[in-house]
Amino acid sequence: MEIRTILRGAGAGAIAGVLAFVFARIFAEPVINKAIDYESGRDDVLAALNKAAGRTVAPDGPEIFSRGIQSTVGIATGLIAFSAAMGALLAVAYLVMHGRFRIRPRALVWMLAAYGFFGVFLLPYVKYPANPPAIGHTFTIVQRGHLYLVMVAASLILLAAAVVLARRLARRYTMTTAVVISAVAFLVGYGVLIGLLPSLGDLSANVAATNQFGYARAATETPQPIVNILSTPITVGGVTYQPGQLVYPGFDADVLWKFRWYSLLNQVLIWTTIALVFGALLERFLAAGGRQKKNKRAETPTPAPTEEPVPTA
Amino acid sequence: MTSIPLHGANPVPEISISPEALSRGRVLAILSITVFLALAAYYFVGVDEGMTSLFGKTMVIHEWVHDSRHFLGFPCH
Ligand SMILES: [Zn+2]
Repeated sequence: MEIRTILRGAGAGAIAGVLAFVFARIFAEPVINKAIDYESGRDDVLAALNKAAGRTVAPDGPEIFSRGIQSTVGIATGLIAFSAAMGALLAVAYLVMHGRFRIRPRALVWMLAAYGFFGVFLLPYVKYPANPPAIGHTFTIVQRGHLYLVMVAASLILLAAAVVLARRLARRYTMTTAVVISAVAFLVGYGVLIGLLPSLGDLSANVAATNQFGYARAATETPQPIVNILSTPITVGGVTYQPGQLVYPGFDADVLWKFRWYSLLNQVLIWTTIALVFGALLERFLAAGGRQKKNKRAETPTPAPTEEPVPTA
Repeated sequence: MTSIPLHGANPVPEISISPEALSRGRVLAILSITVFLALAAYYFVGVDEGMTSLFGKTMVIHEWVHDSRHFLGFPCH
């Protein structure tokens, strides 16, 4: 029973991952390629500038797999693995929770998927949005990684707390009042959270980097225009740049917008597919199981949902 | 396999029927293993060989899932 439910969740996730891969091939990869082109050009300019100024030149990232691999089987692996994992987690969440809500299995699956979409992706994304290649400083990856995972964990906890609060309040107040109060409480908590966590541009390593070519004080790590930050002219590739003169533009705002928009749509696609497919598979599975057992037992009245986790079998 | 015909319709397992009680530990194990595997997948797609690395910084996994790591919203680069 449990294994077959989990397999259905993971299977729904795998289907969602395949759809996400198709979506990514059509919409994300052209944008990713533009971002990588920008990055290569930028890295070349930075290397030349730093060399000309006698500064240290940052090493290139590794190139283990070709872009052809990364943009096909590579992105497919990641999207399908992520989606299947989320589908499996959704199935586990369903198995743990189903005894606590008197609602149709499909509806519970949809609610849990919405919870996953908001907690795992959208709420963290509001504070730390998805970035294409070229955005993100190598020397801050540890802090950025921690901050992102803190956002994910805190978003999941805050959302869950809001749901528990709403259910508690619903015993005393009307459903509308309970939902409004807990929604306000959630927004306050979430607002405090994103207010307390630092903007990436304010990380000390980024503040310290502002005296280097291509870095400037900014709220994010989006590549700033490269200007001649020296007080003397500098000659690179036969061209002389005066102090303050632009050498290479900042990251294209339209490319960034497109990447983030497609990233958001991609997650909507993943979670919606998981919700619909898993919900449908689950109800078919339960209906088949229910028919076999129908004559074995009479309907028992459903007890009121409790706050304590009911052991699942 | 179990005596529950419909999820959600009947939350309390019947204590009188032994298969339920017998499988409690097994069910817990199945759920735990699933959660572990799912979190491992999440970790390897989104985090490994970036912020932390489990099996050395070879960058093979990072580079393989690279595009999806960016597209799924994880920090990278
Ligand atoms: Zn990257």
